[in-house]
Amino acid sequence: MARFRLSIIGLAILALVVTACGDQAPAESPGATDDVDSTPAATMDEESPDETDDPGTGTTGGRLDLIRERGELICGVNGSLPGFSFLDQASGEMSGFDADFCRALAAAVLGDPDAVDFRPTNADARGPALQTGEVDVLIRNTTWTATRDTQWGLFAPTTFYDSQGIMVRSADNIGSLDDLSGATICVQTGTTTELNLADVLGAAGVDYTPQTFGELEQTYSAYDEESCDAVTSDKSQLLSVRTTLTNPDEHVILPDRLSKEPLGPVAPFGDEEWFNVVKWMVFALIEAEEFGVTSENVQEMVNSDNPAVARLLGADGEIIPGLDADWVVAMVSAVGNYGEIYDRNLGPGTPTALERELNALYTDGGILYAAPYR
Amino acid sequence: MTVASSNEAPHARVPPWRDVRVLRIVAQVVVVLAVGGLIAVLGFNLVDTMAERRLSFSLDFLDRRAGFDIGESPVPYNPNDSYGQAYLVGLMNTLFIGVLGIILATILGVIVGVARLSPNWLLRQIAGAYVELMRNTPLLVQLFFIFAILLQLPPVRDTFALPGGIFLNQRGLFVPAPQPSPSFAPWAVIVGAGLVVAVAAVVIAGRREAAGQPTYRLRLIGLALFGAAVIGGWFAVGGDPVAFDVPRQERFNFTGGMALSASFTALLVGLVIYTAAFIGEVVRGGIQAVRRGQVEAAEALGLSGGQTLRLVVFPQALRVIVPPLTSQYLNLVKNSSLAIAVGYPDLFKVGVTMSNQTGQPVPVIVLIMGTYLAISLVTSLFMNIYNRRIQVLER
Repeated sequence: MARFRLSIIGLAILALVVTACGDQAPAESPGATDDVDSTPAATMDEESPDETDDPGTGTTGGRLDLIRERGELICGVNGSLPGFSFLDQASGEMSGFDADFCRALAAAVLGDPDAVDFRPTNADARGPALQTGEVDVLIRNTTWTATRDTQWGLFAPTTFYDSQGIMVRSADNIGSLDDLSGATICVQTGTTTELNLADVLGAAGVDYTPQTFGELEQTYSAYDEESCDAVTSDKSQLLSVRTTLTNPDEHVILPDRLSKEPLGPVAPFGDEEWFNVVKWMVFALIEAEEFGVTSENVQEMVNSDNPAVARLLGADGEIIPGLDADWVVAMVSAVGNYGEIYDRNLGPGTPTALERELNALYTDGGILYAAPYR
Repeated sequence: MTVASSNEAPHARVPPWRDVRVLRIVAQVVVVLAVGGLIAVLGFNLVDTMAERRLSFSLDFLDRRAGFDIGESPVPYNPNDSYGQAYLVGLMNTLFIGVLGIILATILGVIVGVARLSPNWLLRQIAGAYVELMRNTPLLVQLFFIFAILLQLPPVRDTFALPGGIFLNQRGLFVPAPQPSPSFAPWAVIVGAGLVVAVAAVVIAGRREAAGQPTYRLRLIGLALFGAAVIGGWFAVGGDPVAFDVPRQERFNFTGGMALSASFTALLVGLVIYTAAFIGEVVRGGIQAVRRGQVEAAEALGLSGGQTLRLVVFPQALRVIVPPLTSQYLNLVKNSSLAIAVGYPDLFKVGVTMSNQTGQPVPVIVLIMGTYLAISLVTSLFMNIYNRRIQVLER
């Protein structure tokens, strides 16, 4: 994978060099049969040469026009995280919480939730993918931090409030962080969890050995093979991956919260119009849940007596520049509101079975609070 | 230009646009301008685009707190150190694996190269199969394969305990570490004295041999004296001069002793067996470049097989071997950047983490490329010096 990463970053530099020439013809990305490519490396390697041809990557604006011209939204996703974005073996399609936000965006912009080119991106490659404008949007369980917000791109509102946890084998009888003294802990490189681990265990005076890997699969398979005593990541990710371990019941997640991990979509710098679209996509889906607008009743709700609901569904005409008045209707009928997306991918009845907790609406005791759409 | 025309007017007749001397210079100027212009265009574009994307060329972040931990470090390091310090750790890990890898790959490579020319059919075939297998499969695949095998070793709680305080499990090989005890200094003095005597004996023996005088087995006597100093000194100083720090099993891991981690081992073994296949071919080619008559002459003089190789063939083969060998050394060091695949924190891996955490891929990648370039140039320099020395020896 190292070569792959080198090539990504090398291409990022190349892309920076080339894109400034400015006058490329609009090119769509061929080979975008993302759904069959199971490994990030394969997809990226095949497609990365195209990124140097991608027009409008970055600051010239007009990404909305570019996406419409291309007829496809390029969405950077994780690709190997069940519940968030992973290749569903049965359908052969990218499925998950993050993947559905990509679809919502495609429905809003292109009117077709399937017009998404999913780009599996690993933790190290996602920053450059945004900086070079290779992806239109990164919806890849990415933590919002000050450094990333100023270096990578613009963070849209958080779609998932997470916290970092540590998973250990129950046989080891580890009850708290102090019990981890002397342990080897697996962590994926290029993540905020890598930094938080050093911060928290360093502050607690716990002596540990980090074992870092570049890929998510490697990190967890090393843990599963007992090469590490513990593995750390966002709790949602730990829960999600636990379902894929050899014996899921033999692992527990410590109650400690190591950090705040607000995960959300990121748009490249330099195009406010496009950033607004991404931002309001999230707000609109949350507000749709708040107003009780679901994929089933959205067509009836268009004629709602409640002016706020009617406005959300297009009664007041165009509000977000570049989007039709009824864009929220298109999104909600395609993927449902925030709650529906959550329940379908992470809620009870799914392998991860995560409670809403912080991710409930503010009216239900959570902290999801959408700015008013007006 | 015909002879006739040059006879009529030797210089004035040829216009500059047909004068070869002028055209040559013009062509060179044009090429230089074109290449320089292209580089300038690309460079300015890079600078412009980076400014637009809010990326900078600055390496200021090297002084900032790194914040991430590194699993294996030859020098003390903790997350409160700077990015520069973290990078240094990566560099030292790369140099460590590079130097060790080059030494081991050379030894294995020479053995393989000689074995490929062995009169023994079986040995020849084994060496041939090894070379073809190793150099025709990708190194990255080999690394994954080796690492996967190491992960199949027993977990820590079921560690193999080997004799002599050596422990083997899926996290690595743990061996006792020699630690000097208080009686180490006097013992070292005795051993040093023994060494001086032994070297003196060997030198004198060499001189006498060259002069055709009897050597009275001086070499053997010197060696025996040295052995006596080592063993006799050990008991004479009272108390073992060297104590061994035996690895101890703790709750999760082994502490104490020396550890060869699975990541390090996988990378080292992968690089060595991969590069040794290429070096083997280089050595074989070098040996075969020595004329058959040289070997026959050596045999005619009654030299043994080993002596023929050591005294006649190798010195002449080296001049053919060294230049391509340098390339293999450079390859080994550069290939060590695959360390990230097996989780060994080398230069490239630390650099990638830095690039990610700082959001500054361009300066970091330039820094990494510059560092590898420097390592390679220094390696080349030494190999070139060595190459020149063996060339002088040739008559």
